[in-house]
Amino acid sequence: MKILVCISHVPDTTSKINFADGDTRFDTNGVQFVINPNDEFGLTRAMWFKEKQGAAVTVVNIGGPETEPTLRKALAIGADEAIRVNAQPTDGFFVATQLAKVVQDGGYDLVIAGRESIDYNGGMVPGMLASLTGANFVNTCIGLEIEGSEASAIREIDGGKETVKCSLPLIIGGQKGLVEESDLRIPNMRGIMMARQKKLTVLEPEDLQSRTSVVKFEKPAPKGEVKLVSPDNLDELIRMLHNEAKVI
Amino acid sequence: MSILIYTESEEGKLKKTAFEIASYARALAGQTGDTVTAVAVNVDNTSELGNYGVDKVLKVSDEKLSRFNARAYADVIKQAAEKEGAKMVIISSSANDKYLAPILAVNLQAGYASNVVALPESTDPFRVKRTAFTNKAFNITEISTDVKLIGLSKNSFGLKEAEGSASEEAFAPSLDDKDFAVRTESVDKTTGKVTIADAEIVVSGGRGLKGPENWGMIEELADVLGAATACSKPVSDMGWRPHSEHVGQTGKPVAANLYVAVGISGAIQHLAGINASKVKVVINSDPEAPFFKAADYGVVGDAFEVVPALVEKLKEFKAQNS
Ligand SMILES: Cc1cc2nc3c(=O)[nH]c(=O)nc-3n(C[C@H](O)[C@H](O)[C@H](O)COP(=O)(O)OP(=O)(O)OC[C@H]3O[C@@H](n4cnc5c(N)ncnc54)[C@H](O)[C@@H]3O)c2cc1C
Ligand SMILES: Nc1ncnc2c1ncn2[C@@H]1O[C@H](COP(=O)(O)O)[C@@H](O)[C@H]1O
Repeated sequence: MKILVCISHVPDTTSKINFADGDTRFDTNGVQFVINPNDEFGLTRAMWFKEKQGAAVTVVNIGGPETEPTLRKALAIGADEAIRVNAQPTDGFFVATQLAKVVQDGGYDLVIAGRESIDYNGGMVPGMLASLTGANFVNTCIGLEIEGSEASAIREIDGGKETVKCSLPLIIGGQKGLVEESDLRIPNMRGIMMARQKKLTVLEPEDLQSRTSVVKFEKPAPKGEVKLVSPDNLDELIRMLHNEAKVI
Repeated sequence: MSILIYTESEEGKLKKTAFEIASYARALAGQTGDTVTAVAVNVDNTSELGNYGVDKVLKVSDEKLSRFNARAYADVIKQAAEKEGAKMVIISSSANDKYLAPILAVNLQAGYASNVVALPESTDPFRVKRTAFTNKAFNITEISTDVKLIGLSKNSFGLKEAEGSASEEAFAPSLDDKDFAVRTESVDKTTGKVTIADAEIVVSGGRGLKGPENWGMIEELADVLGAATACSKPVSDMGWRPHSEHVGQTGKPVAANLYVAVGISGAIQHLAGINASKVKVVINSDPEAPFFKAADYGVVGDAFEVVPALVEKLKEFKAQNS
C-alpha cells in the first residue's frame, strides 16, 4: 500500500498572530512552525500502517523552501520520503490541484490529510482533492482500518460517530482520535540522523489561477473589561445574563 | 437571478442554521437584487422559510438521501444551483456542510470561502470577511470566480424575520450510483442530548474539577440551562470525558451564545476555539487565571461551591420566568 500524507506547515498553537505590510501579510517574526496538529495525527496513523502492514509512506507539502524543516521532521518521525511542490499556496483550490498531480503521478492508494489547517482553516483541501481525483472521501475521520483494497473508517458526526466502508483509493480528512494523543511521536536522535539521508524531491508547480485570494487580515476587536461578580451574589450574575447579555 | 441556499435538516425538520442562512441570503439579495431559492432534502414542512425571506423552495424527497452522504448531497445542491442559474450558493458551517462544500466547490467551479462571518464588504470585487488562524484573526477573502460558494459561520449573522411566503416546487435531481460509494454501516449517536454543534449554550469543565467523578454538577448546570457539555483538552486526554467533548483550537470549535467555563485556565489554544462565542462566563478560583481577560462575566471562587449554588439559583429563576 502506498500512502501519501499531506503536511501543512503552520504556526505553533501558542503563536500570537500579527500581521505586517499594512495587514496584508502574516508576520512570521518569532513564530515557530510545526506540522499541523490534524496532520500529525494522520502521520502517526500512517506509521502504524507502515509498521503493521508494510505500507510505504510519502509526505508532501506545497510550499517554499522554508517548509523543509517541517518535512524533515515528518521524515524523522518515520516517513520514507518527502515531496515539496515549490509554490506559495494561494488558496485551497490551488493546493488541492497541485496535490492532485502528485497523487495521480504517484498512484497512491490512501491519502491522509487533516480535517483543517490551523492557519488558513479552510477545511477545503482534502475534499477538493477527492473531487479532483475521483477518490472516495471521508471527513472528520477518527478511525481507519484497511483490509486489502477495502477501508473501514469511523467518522465523527454531531453527537456521535458513524462507521463507513468504501474501497480504495481513499482520501481522509483526519483529526485527533485517528490515534491517541499519547501515541504521537517526538523524533529521536536516530530518526533525525536518518531523515537527513532520506529523499526529498522538489517539484515545480502546475501553472494555475487561484479562485480566491486574501486581500487583508484583521485582528479581533479588543475585549472590554470582565465584570466580576462575587460568589455570594450569584443572583446578580443571573440578572445580568438575563437583562444585559440576554442569553438566558 | 437567484441566490441558492441549502437548508440543512435533521429527521425531517429544518435546523436553526437554515433560518440563519436564509436571513443572510435575504440581506445579500437586498444588495444585489436577486431572489432567494432554498433547496431542502426530505423535509415535510418548509413553510417557515418564507418568514426569513425565502422566495422559493425546491423540495427534494428521495429515500436514497435519507442518510447524509457528502457526494450525493453535493450533487443535489449542484443540480439545484444549475437549474436556478445561481451565481451565489450559501451553506452553513455544520460538520456535514463542511464535508460537502469542497466537493460542491470543485463541481461548480466555484471559489469557496468557509467560516464567513459577515455580509460581503463589496460584491464587485466580491469580498467577504472570514475567520482564520482558528479565531485568532480574520481575513478578507476575494472570490474571483463567476459562481461563489459561501459557508456562513454559525451565530455570526443571526435570525432576521421578513414578510412573505415561499412557493414550493418538487425537485428530482438525478443521482449517480457513484455518489454512494462511501456506505454508512452504522451510526452510534446519543439521543436526547444537546450537541456542542447545535447548542445555544455550552457548559465546559477543565482540570480544576479534579476528576471525572465531579462532573455531576457540570451536567446539572448544563441541564438547567438546556446546554451541551464540553471540556478542555487535558480533561479528554486523561479520559475523564469523551474526545467528542474536547473544545479548542485542536478540538471542536464553539460558536455558542453563552459559553460557561468552569475550572479552565484559559490557555491560548483553548480560547482560540471558543472565542467565537458571544458571551463568556468564567468560574475560577484563581483571580489571575488568563481566562478572565477573555471573559465578559467572571466569578472568582471555588467551583465546588459556586456551581451548586448557581444551579439552585438558576432553578429558582427558571421557575419564576416560565
Ligand atoms: C498543540 C496543542 C494544542 C492544544 N489544543 C488545545 C485545545 O484545543 N483545547 C484546550 O482546551 N487545550 C488545548 N491545549 C492545551 C492547553 O495549552 C492547556 O494546557 C489546557 O487548555 C489547560 O486545560 P485546563 O484549563 O483544563 O487546565 P489547567 O490549565 O490546569 O487549569 C485549571 C484551572 O482550574 C482552576 N481551578 C483549580 N481548582 C479550582 C476550583 N476548585 N474551582 C475553580 N477553579 C479551579 C485553576 O485556577 C486553573 O486556572 C493544547 C496544547 C497544545 C500544546
Ligand atoms: N500547503 C499544503 N501542503 C500540503 N498539504 C496541505 C497544505 N495546505 C493544506 N494541506 C492539507 O489539507 C488539510 C486541510 O487544510 P485546509 O483546507 O487549509 O484547512 C491540512 O490538514 C493538510 O493535510
